[in-house]
Amino acid sequence: MALKTKTSTRIGVTILGWGIALWLFFPIFWMILTSFKSEVQAISTPPKLFFMPTLSSYGEVFERASYWHFALNTVIVSVGATAIAVALAVPAAYSMAFLPSKRTRGTLLWMLSTRMLPPVGVLVPIYLLARNTHLLDTCTGLAVVDMLTNLPIIVWMLYTFFREVPAPILEAGRMDGATRWQEMTMVLLPLALPGIASTALLSLILCWNEAFWSLNLTSSHAAPLTAFIASFSSPEGLFFGKLSAASTLAVAPILVFGWISQKQLVRGLTFGAVK
Amino acid sequence: MATVELKNLRKTYLTEEIIKGISLSIEEREFVVFVGPSGCGKSTLLRMIAGLEDITSGDLLIDGQRVNDVEPGKRGLAMVFQSYALYPHMDVYKNMEFGLKLAGMPEAERREKIEHVARTLQLEPYLHHKPGQLSGGQRQRVAIGRAIVRNPKVFLFDEPLSNLDAALRGQMRVELSALHRKLGATTIYVTHDQVEAMTMADKIVVLQKGVVEQIGSPLELYHHPRNLFVARFIGSPPMNFFPAIFQGGDSAGSSVQLRDGSILYVPVTSPGLLPGTKVTVGIRPEHVELASSGPNSGVVEVVERLGAITLVHVRMPDGEIIVVQTDGAVLTEVETRVSLTLPPRNCHLFAPDGLAFEACHRHPLAA
Repeated sequence: MALKTKTSTRIGVTILGWGIALWLFFPIFWMILTSFKSEVQAISTPPKLFFMPTLSSYGEVFERASYWHFALNTVIVSVGATAIAVALAVPAAYSMAFLPSKRTRGTLLWMLSTRMLPPVGVLVPIYLLARNTHLLDTCTGLAVVDMLTNLPIIVWMLYTFFREVPAPILEAGRMDGATRWQEMTMVLLPLALPGIASTALLSLILCWNEAFWSLNLTSSHAAPLTAFIASFSSPEGLFFGKLSAASTLAVAPILVFGWISQKQLVRGLTFGAVK
Repeated sequence: MATVELKNLRKTYLTEEIIKGISLSIEEREFVVFVGPSGCGKSTLLRMIAGLEDITSGDLLIDGQRVNDVEPGKRGLAMVFQSYALYPHMDVYKNMEFGLKLAGMPEAERREKIEHVARTLQLEPYLHHKPGQLSGGQRQRVAIGRAIVRNPKVFLFDEPLSNLDAALRGQMRVELSALHRKLGATTIYVTHDQVEAMTMADKIVVLQKGVVEQIGSPLELYHHPRNLFVARFIGSPPMNFFPAIFQGGDSAGSSVQLRDGSILYVPVTSPGLLPGTKVTVGIRPEHVELASSGPNSGVVEVVERLGAITLVHVRMPDGEIIVVQTDGAVLTEVETRVSLTLPPRNCHLFAPDGLAFEACHRHPLAA
């Protein structure tokens, strides 16, 4: 009887899991499907599931805009922002995890609370700051803003991973004559590497998909892929085929990247739970 | 090898004082054990010596040099942690090499040292294993090896055996003692296990609530505890206590009256004590003698037979339990009435403030 319940529960959970996964994946699936349709097929009712695929939308997208220019900007901005954010977050998380003071908790919560503010609330000041420092429409400017918006989450994640590393191991390093810097680089970082990798991955994905600041702080020179998608949405009305092709091109790299590194991501996110 | 000197060492966390002015000097080659119940400050004190905790006030001297503000790695100490604290991402060889490498020792010399230590600790087959592949005992050996290769002036041990099972703990205890004899290094060892303290120490420091209760050799603590706390803490099973009334004393001893009215003439001096004062008589379970009849009688509640010895728990009329350690072959059964004989020469006498009165004769092994 118990076994029977177990089996039925397992089947139920499996169906539920697949259902949620498919539900989440459906928009992406539909987007990719639409990108291979002609503009007429794309807006036909009822929507067509079976059709003669065409690459015409892709051709037009490549003709109209320089995909590689946008893609390169996205890579520069997300990799740059992630690298700087991790470099700043490691010492911050180290001090909070291993040298906590009575204000550490408050600081952490305050950092997280900055993520709760709608970005549009600080749009004007940030825009003016960027303008006055001549960082408008530059990869540096966008990278700095992306880095700052993600920093709280990165510090939080690293803090959690560092807390999993037993303090005596670091103390042993100190007894062995390691300086704080050596203790961090030679003992802590190798131990927390899975956590750092998954944090960096998450940051990369967040930066890659970040649209609000890209659209507001860049126009042509530093515009990333999110601006590339947006450029297909307005002037002449919506062309779903081209829009889908542009979106597919924009998300494909990070999707593939995420797929390849999913093991690392999951391992990082459950680090400690299964140590 | 080195001497360590603590001069009125204090440690305050926020507003709470954890270490309340400890002074102590540790001689060259001495094996000193800090012992006390959990929360007594023994680990904190060790970590202050190691440099892992700041010293709030007082002086710490190693070989006569004040090292309060010297980095842990530069104090010439090596520490073995309770949790071993091996570097999980390095193999055994690299674990031992880490400190030597940081110290800038040439590779050939490092290799020679590590191989020598690995031989001593029988770690040779595991040199290229990661800590995760080793058993608890082997990990402990690696932790000790990592301390030895650095050739420190002083070894610090923070409850190194408490994660091991009982059999292995016994074995490692013997190995550590042998190792200490061989290396002749000054050693400070923290434990809550009094068996470890008694068997390994040259000198035991009993701590409670951040103060030193007594410093002395194991047998000195056993035979001449300075106060009720030490009397209760050292020895297993713990010492038994009887409330008594002081009757009077002279240079050869003091007489006290027990609850049942019997008079005991204990060979301790009690200068200045007024007759009628409430005192406490202490006697170890191994010194109480069982008799079938006589004064001080009670009912046997539990009989624990350990083979070579038997522990008889007797409930006295006042509700107190007195433990008697006796022969393994004793026939005493539960629910029977027995009488206890307290040989005066083995009795201790404690004043109302808990301090012990000086014995008229020192035990020959605890001079």
